[in-house]
Amino acid sequence: MSAAAASNKTGFDASAMVVAGLLGLGALWSLISAAAGADAAIRVHAWVIGAGFLAGLFMMARIYGDGGLDNDKTQYNENVIKAGVIASMFWGVAGLLVGVIIAFQLAFPALLSFDAFPQLNFGRLRPVHTSAVIFAFGGNVLIATSFYVVQRTCRTRIAGGIWPWFVFWGYQLFIVVAATGYLLGITQGKEYAEPEWYADLWLTLVWVAYLLVFLATLMRRKEPHLYVANWFYLAFIVTIAMLHVVNNLAMPASLFGARSYSAFAGVQDALTQWWYGHNAVGFFLTAGFLAIMYYFIPKRAERPVYSYRLSIIHFWALIFIYIWAGPHHLHYTALPEWAQTLGMTFSIMLWMPSWGGMINGLMTLSGAWDRLRTDPVIRMLVVSVAFYGMSTFEGPVMSVRAVNSLSHYTDWTIGHVHSGALGWVGFISFGAIYCLVPWLWKRAGMYSKALIEWHFWIATIGILLYITSMWVSGIMQGLMWRAYNSLGFLEYSFVQTVEAMHPYYIIRGLGGVLYLTGALLMVWNVYKTIKGDVREKDEAVKPQSAAIQQPAE
Amino acid sequence: MAEKTKKANPIWAWHKKVLEQNSIMLTGGVLVVVSIGGLVEIAPLFYLDETIEEVEGVRPYSPLALMGRDIYIREGCYTCHSQMVRPLRDEVERYGHYSLAAESMYDRPFQWGSKRTGPDLARVGGKYSDEWHRDHMRDPRSVVPESIMPPYAFLETTPLEVEVVEGRMRALTRLGTPYDELGRLENAVSDVYTQLDPFAADYDGFLERYPGAPVRDFDGNPDMVSELDALIAYLQILGTMVDFSTYEAEADENLR
Amino acid sequence: MYESLASFAQTWGMLLFIALFLTAGAYALWPRNQQKFDEAARVPLEDHDRPAAADEADRTHKDRNDG
Repeated sequence: MSAAAASNKTGFDASAMVVAGLLGLGALWSLISAAAGADAAIRVHAWVIGAGFLAGLFMMARIYGDGGLDNDKTQYNENVIKAGVIASMFWGVAGLLVGVIIAFQLAFPALLSFDAFPQLNFGRLRPVHTSAVIFAFGGNVLIATSFYVVQRTCRTRIAGGIWPWFVFWGYQLFIVVAATGYLLGITQGKEYAEPEWYADLWLTLVWVAYLLVFLATLMRRKEPHLYVANWFYLAFIVTIAMLHVVNNLAMPASLFGARSYSAFAGVQDALTQWWYGHNAVGFFLTAGFLAIMYYFIPKRAERPVYSYRLSIIHFWALIFIYIWAGPHHLHYTALPEWAQTLGMTFSIMLWMPSWGGMINGLMTLSGAWDRLRTDPVIRMLVVSVAFYGMSTFEGPVMSVRAVNSLSHYTDWTIGHVHSGALGWVGFISFGAIYCLVPWLWKRAGMYSKALIEWHFWIATIGILLYITSMWVSGIMQGLMWRAYNSLGFLEYSFVQTVEAMHPYYIIRGLGGVLYLTGALLMVWNVYKTIKGDVREKDEAVKPQSAAIQQPAE
Repeated sequence: MAEKTKKANPIWAWHKKVLEQNSIMLTGGVLVVVSIGGLVEIAPLFYLDETIEEVEGVRPYSPLALMGRDIYIREGCYTCHSQMVRPLRDEVERYGHYSLAAESMYDRPFQWGSKRTGPDLARVGGKYSDEWHRDHMRDPRSVVPESIMPPYAFLETTPLEVEVVEGRMRALTRLGTPYDELGRLENAVSDVYTQLDPFAADYDGFLERYPGAPVRDFDGNPDMVSELDALIAYLQILGTMVDFSTYEAEADENLR
Repeated sequence: MYESLASFAQTWGMLLFIALFLTAGAYALWPRNQQKFDEAARVPLEDHDRPAAADEADRTHKDRNDG
């Protein structure tokens, strides 16, 4: 090994020491909990967690035994992004698959529930599905794209040596700990914040590292402008940190036990939870993915964003208003009415910045609308923005108390969430992956454009089946609940309304199957592309032109 | 390129200095904006006496019910069942009196839920017999043929982890639940057994600590304290703590 | 405490928010910022194979690929 090459390795530096220390502490905690934990659940779960920490230590030993990580400041760090892309696809397929399973559990409960395996009941799998698609799939897409965008738009290598890798692997560990915990029945019982206190603590560490890596990269940028996508990423990271820490404040029953109790009770807990829950939508599933929109649509369309001014107003208006909208999840509950009204008002106001952002994304294509026809990736990105517009219109409507009295507790909510999740978050993520894979692996284009077309259409039909069936079943159930007969009695018993859902649950499940199929086509396409079997030249991809000077690894 | 012309601009030098910090400024700005919104909305609730009207009868869960509640959370019952009756005509007729904030004042976390794939459970206590619950948990479709609930037959064969209850009550005490009163903590474990046995020596003491708590063998198997005992004990107390025959919603102290 | 928090939120809190929002709006619409925004909007479109070199001055870099 030449001296020059050796100087590009980090060696076992202070950062590596800190990370090794954290992993060691984690392994020690796991060992104690596995052997003498306070409850049966932790004594099982700690084995999984401990294995994760040991794997981390083992990985570090191998890398640092070989001189450490590459740290060539004249190159972008793209390996961590590649890992993020692959992890996104893995978790995406896993999350969608669990979603399909639980959808059919509701349609065919007798067939798909198992006395011997309480781990596979709907109540335990449902958080596996939500966490896997939101945090595992969405989170990995956000981490990967943010690491890509921040390096490219700042013209600097990502900061922090081992820390971006700590963020990536630490996040995967969090996901595994959370998901295996749900299967074991370890949950805080707060929606979208189910992981117990120790997983939360670990995620806090990972997230702080993420914030610092991102900030440090921004601060060493060589480009004078802080491109607007970075604003959205930053708002996403900072706000999620705040939401996560506050909503998960809890008192563990034992420092070596699984169970903890929320620091808040009753009404306060409800409002804190939905302040968190709604802003997880606002800052995780919206701000973060808007950052993707603001980078990948201009990049792919090869034209600057429609209005940079609008993007600034969009940014501030969005984060100003979103944070207030949470109480619309608690209409007609025991929450004081002023808080409900406040939440509703801001939810309706939110319509404006949301559509401002949608217009900005769509109009970026003005003058290049033909690309919608010729480039399925552009089409995917643009349709995702259209779905964003649709669900951000539907959301304010549903936040009106009178509408909410009908829609709340029904499948309408589920349909609304999925038009945003499958249409907006899913499609913009797939679009970004289709852009990133050829760029990162230095290919002329994706293996097959036809497969992208198939993915687009199959998934679109899947979404339509999903949301239309949920509209019908949701509104129908809401109306049935409040229906009176001519004698002034309730027309339907509850279980009659459940029975009426059956056909729609099947249609919804089929929609999910189609969407999953589309994702599997993508995985195959990406696999072939990475392998190097680029079949046809995709004229839409202008590779980041590094193929010659820069070998893939 | 257009950017070249900027070099002559005198503002540029100043701007460049600010530039080094403005990612920090942006972070600060975001934090200010998003934290004020939350504070204004949430903080008042912690000081607003009227948020939680004092209502007679609401007390902390008995140790057995608390363990049952933990099972309810463990199994993700909240993903399909709400515990919040809204003040709407059909809900009040279907489920009972609308929910009061006070009724969940000891709920950590709250279990109001967001979806009714199954019916609301805020007032399920006393609505069905223990036997019905037993059959229902074993096989929901044996009592409600159209039900889509999964079976929870394993609950009646799984022994309850009684030994953890005191630690959990201590954690809740640290958060403000008054388990440190009336000797509730001291009797944590024994109260689990007392609630399952109407002939227990400490029957009266138990009811002093947890007025109105049902005392009987919930799962019909006196040989074992099962998870089903705990879960049914929890379900049977839900929504029964407040006596609505004497509760006056329009009374001065209940208006807000 | 509730009274004072609520009245602060409804008066100064609201004014502060309006002021902050107007500042953001003014920043976005200020005519002199237009050129800066035009440049910023082009940032993603400028392809760079590798990070800017350490000694490369911020403003003097010439885009090697599409400059």
